Amino acid sequence: MTDRMPRRLTLEPGWRGMVGDLASDQRAFKKVPWSKVMMWAFLVSDVFIFACFLVGYMMARIASSAPWPNASEVFALDVAGRQVPLLLIAIMTFILISSSGTMALAVKCGYERRRFATGGLLIATALLGTIFVGMQAFEWTKLIHEGVRPWSNPWGAEQFGAAFFLITGFHGTHVSVGVLFLVVMAIKVLRGSLQAGRPGFLTGRRGRYEMVETLGLYWHFVDLVWVFIFAFFYLW
Amino acid sequence: MGEREYDASSYAPPAEVEEMELPHPKGFFGKYVWSQDAKVIAVQYGLTATAIGLVALVLSLLMRLQLGFPNSLSLIDPGSYLQYVTMHGMIMVVYLLTAIFLGGFGNYLIPLMCGARDMVFPYLNMLSYWIYLASVLILVAGFFVAGGSTGAGWTLYPPQAISPGTPGVDTGIVLMLVSLAVFIVGFTMGGLNYVVTVLQARTRGMTLMRLPLTVWGIFMATVMALLAFPALFVAVLMMLMDRLIGTSFFMPEMLSMGESSDHRGGSPLLFQHLFWFFGHPEVYIVALPAFGIVSDLIATHARKNIFGYRMMVWAIIIIGALSFVVWAHHMYVSGMSPYFGFLFATTTLIIAVPTAIKVYNWVLTLWRGNIRLTLPMLFAIGFLFTFVNGGLSGLFLGNVTVDVPLSDTYFVVGHFHMVMAVAPILVIFGAIYHWYPKITGRMLDETLGKVHFWITFLGTYVIYYPMHFMGLEGVPRRYYAYGETTFISDSVQSLNAVITVAAFIVALAQLLFLFNLAWSYFRGREAGSNPWQATTLEWQTPHTPPRHGNFGKALPIVYRWPYDYSVPGVKQDFIPQNVPPEAVERESDTRRGGER
Ligand code: HEM
Ligand SMILES: [Cu+2]
Repeated sequence: MTDRMPRRLTLEPGWRGMVGDLASDQRAFKKVPWSKVMMWAFLVSDVFIFACFLVGYMMARIASSAPWPNASEVFALDVAGRQVPLLLIAIMTFILISSSGTMALAVKCGYERRRFATGGLLIATALLGTIFVGMQAFEWTKLIHEGVRPWSNPWGAEQFGAAFFLITGFHGTHVSVGVLFLVVMAIKVLRGSLQAGRPGFLTGRRGRYEMVETLGLYWHFVDLVWVFIFAFFYLW
Repeated sequence: MGEREYDASSYAPPAEVEEMELPHPKGFFGKYVWSQDAKVIAVQYGLTATAIGLVALVLSLLMRLQLGFPNSLSLIDPGSYLQYVTMHGMIMVVYLLTAIFLGGFGNYLIPLMCGARDMVFPYLNMLSYWIYLASVLILVAGFFVAGGSTGAGWTLYPPQAISPGTPGVDTGIVLMLVSLAVFIVGFTMGGLNYVVTVLQARTRGMTLMRLPLTVWGIFMATVMALLAFPALFVAVLMMLMDRLIGTSFFMPEMLSMGESSDHRGGSPLLFQHLFWFFGHPEVYIVALPAFGIVSDLIATHARKNIFGYRMMVWAIIIIGALSFVVWAHHMYVSGMSPYFGFLFATTTLIIAVPTAIKVYNWVLTLWRGNIRLTLPMLFAIGFLFTFVNGGLSGLFLGNVTVDVPLSDTYFVVGHFHMVMAVAPILVIFGAIYHWYPKITGRMLDETLGKVHFWITFLGTYVIYYPMHFMGLEGVPRRYYAYGETTFISDSVQSLNAVITVAAFIVALAQLLFLFNLAWSYFRGREAGSNPWQATTLEWQTPHTPPRHGNFGKALPIVYRWPYDYSVPGVKQDFIPQNVPPEAVERESDTRRGGER
């Protein structure tokens, strides 16, 4: 292969063009900042973690010989003497999805360099996330009071409690970490560190508004995963 | 289809990647301990992995002592034998090979070979090393806690791993699991860096199809690791809960000493699936970097372009993808539907195709090459033999009917040591002999190296070749002693003694190697910047060893693929990647360099 520049496969249509694009020099994904590519790579890896969790849950559930607790009874909420199935979880899901909305707006305002709007929306997102975690804590408490333990429960297969606490706990950890980062990011935004390109405290990397979008990717991912967990635990 | 080229005046496309700001710390600690320089991190990874690898080597010697000369050391009882097996296997596979290939060579070579100043996120990269170190320390702590380290086998199969009676069930297994989880976290930080650096931070002119195969191998292995380790991570968390909180993900109800256990309804098979969904790709995680590195060693030291570069790249990608759909070939005897067995046997054998292509291409690269029997070349050739041998016995184990009687015998031990222990280790040695001059600025001693090579290469054959025959006779693996077993002939004991003697000799030869590393650091011959006359970018740095930032003021511009060796009509027998066309000295002006 010689002194020629690489053939510009980029200009060809179809599959070859796509491969050519990806393989072209310097960057596989043009105009995409490093942090964003890294976040995507991390999320793909994280997808595998959650996938393994959920597949493990399915396998445990299928393999279990004891009866599986009935989701619409277990997760029902007592409202004025009536058992309303899925009430709490519907609110939780609504809140988390809304937080995706505020996050998306924060990203938009970030690119418009609107410091206070961005910071405010980030804080709103963090608040919604906190509420979600709080409600999750409430649900855990309720279940624990009813006698659900990772190693047993009153209604049947003990893997129910184990999988529920492990997987929602793992997801809740994701949300909590996200909230932490949201708060840090909000402070950075409000202080103007992103505008000024001030180096970060630990990493020494200069601030930039793309960071908001990268964090947004993570947050949307956490929401998306919740939809799957919701489906597998509450609707199945 | 219209092929357009850049016009001749603009060989190199304009820079798209902005220059990175590097922290330039002062003082010893900033430069060599809390360093964010990928090259320093690489050496830290390498030294740590070597240190823990030596522990694993000593463990294997203790095992060999027991097998070759039973009961000669009272320290070793059946329980501790199992602990040695487990720690030896796990350390070698995860903490030595994975860490040294990806954390060590990956860190050193990726930025240099891609023409980057450093990894894209140096701080994260530094954290990756320190977390890895923590995981190693947690693992080592297992040796010192009450009850000792776990003796569950490196596969850690439940229910045995966390049932009373297994060595280390109190603390050892917990430390092992925690250590693995920590390792995965640390690895992920590094792995993301390697992937993004290769994808997004190459220098001008460096297309993916101009990357040295070393980078391709490490890159693909990293991608696989990022997708395979999650399964292990999940398995580890679930097993920790089973052990610590008393859940029953993996634990069925069991009777022990007339009492039924607290667990019920768990599925040990679930663990096996999760483990091997990680475990099989893991084999290729250590194999692909070896494949990549060996390609470069062979091309450089045979002064020939690699045969079938594109095919090699695609083979790496295809092997990586396929290796995610073969995991259950480790579970032929665990009980599964024969249809599944058939499916997994088929995918397993299909992987042999791209792998065989690679072997042919290496051989064809050597074919009529100008082979220089330097140390890296010797080790590369040693790898070829060993790998082919191990691959052939893999064909036996990949078939369900043949595997069933061979499962859990020494045939398996012989097979996997050949293919994933000795073969990659030989490449690591070759790679160290090859890149040591760049890392330290001095050559390793040739004579010592040759002695090291021949003892290691021949020695490993004496060790592992007989194991295949022992396996055919049914000698089981993970056994401390065979007792009065009629199907095992007496000669097995003499074979075992021979193997043990060979193992000790091989181990001693490694001391020679370590001595060589230390001695040459101070006394070795000065290497100069490009002692092997290689084409890739790491040999074109302005300083040897390269300084922080790798390339001095301006990043190199790449004009060609990395295998321009012995190009017809060109004066020198190699053209570095960063030499522009007009600077190539030709024998006559009428002929242009090999057109490809
Ligand atoms: C001189 C070098 C080595 C010697 C003498 C040696 C020896 C042994 C011995 C005696 C066993 C136990 C066999 C049994 O009782 O079942 C073993 C197991 C094992 N070795 Fe090595 N080994 C060496 C290098 C390596 C390397 C470099 C690797 C890296 C992949 C490795 C990976 C393993 C694994 C995965 C096991 C299985 C552990 C288990 O059964 O849980 N070994 N080795
Ligand atoms: Cu396998």
